[in-house]
Amino acid sequence: MEIMEIILLSFLVVCAISVALSKNLLTSIVIFMAYSVIMSIIWMILESPDLAITEAAVGAGVTSVLFYITLKKIHAMKGEEDDEAEE
Amino acid sequence: MKPRSDYEHSWWRRLVRFVDGETLADVEKREEEAGENDAQSQKLADTMAEQLFEQEEKYDRADRKRRLEMEHEKEAMALYDKYKNWPKEHGVKIFGRLYAVMAVVLCVIIITTLLVTVSYLPEFGHADNPNNNEVVERYNEKALEETGATNIVAGMILDYRAFDTLGESHVLFIAAVCVMILLRLDITKGKNPTDTKRLEEENDRLYEPKNDKILQLSARILVPIIILFGIYVILNGHLSPGGGFSGGAIIGAGLILYLNAFGFEKASRIMNRKNYAVISVVPLLFYALAKGYSFFTGANHLESGIPKGTPGAILSGGLILPLNICVGVVVACTMYHFYTLFRKGGM
Repeated sequence: MEIMEIILLSFLVVCAISVALSKNLLTSIVIFMAYSVIMSIIWMILESPDLAITEAAVGAGVTSVLFYITLKKIHAMKGEEDDEAEE
Repeated sequence: MKPRSDYEHSWWRRLVRFVDGETLADVEKREEEAGENDAQSQKLADTMAEQLFEQEEKYDRADRKRRLEMEHEKEAMALYDKYKNWPKEHGVKIFGRLYAVMAVVLCVIIITTLLVTVSYLPEFGHADNPNNNEVVERYNEKALEETGATNIVAGMILDYRAFDTLGESHVLFIAAVCVMILLRLDITKGKNPTDTKRLEEENDRLYEPKNDKILQLSARILVPIIILFGIYVILNGHLSPGGGFSGGAIIGAGLILYLNAFGFEKASRIMNRKNYAVISVVPLLFYALAKGYSFFTGANHLESGIPKGTPGAILSGGLILPLNICVGVVVACTMYHFYTLFRKGGM
């Protein structure tokens, strides 16, 4: 179990650093979602399933969706210009 | 060109004068007049030329002056550009280097501070930790007896600390209201066709594949399961992990998926602004009425009148189940409302 915890925590660190370093905003949000999912598993291991459910629903679900809309609103989604040029 | 002085005495002029019937005196008189006229015109021409010359000179002077001014201006502009571009060429570079150095320094300071602080924290789960005191003991031993909830966390947040949860749900509601004030669009303006197009653009549905079959099919299968799971999490909040907030978030996510698959028209049949106002305000009012007495009685407990029931049964735990439902409904509505506000500025 300890090895599992170490793997998950190192994943957390990798995710946190790569969110800051990735150039593409969409990729950042996907990595952020992965961070939330890993965090919810860690909550599960720390014996707080209430927090795990909330983290999975809010962190990985609703927050990411709100980020996606914001990206769409500010036209930061990659490939959007191509779609508009085709029409 | 002036005629020769002996022109009038030439044979040809004498013949012409004879034919015309003029004498030499007439011609001389006419000549004099013409000479006067000539002199006058000459004078006029001279004055005009003078004027022109003066003007030209003035123009020349002005031109020279302007040229000089332009040169000055050019020099000034060059100087200005030099100083204006200085920050662009050198200042930004210096600032960028300074920024990077300062960022690294700040990061290192924050990381060391946090690490030092963490190293002073007591060991996780140790028996002698300061958080292992009589409060935890009481919660662990008496929570089931006092609240009737097998999920002690739900018993804590909705019975012992119900007033905190009331504040939390109000914070969510106030956040939704604030976002509404900031982002809401005036729907009544969308009467003419350009406005409807603008609205459609703001709905983000103009450039999207509408009625996507895969999304609709998966939503048709998934949305009922997600919402049922959310309802289960809410209703079982006092028995198993979960509760109002997590279940509400799950239901909100399911509603957002439904909205994405089928569009605003179908979704607004169940969740329009009128319904939203009713569904979110009524639970909040119920919650405030049910737990507001804690505020006025100094956090003393009054009997809720609902029996605690047998632990483990769905109808147990007194007020916890209705309060869970209230929080869940408020959270689900708020999540969905946030999404619609971000997407098109209103329901």
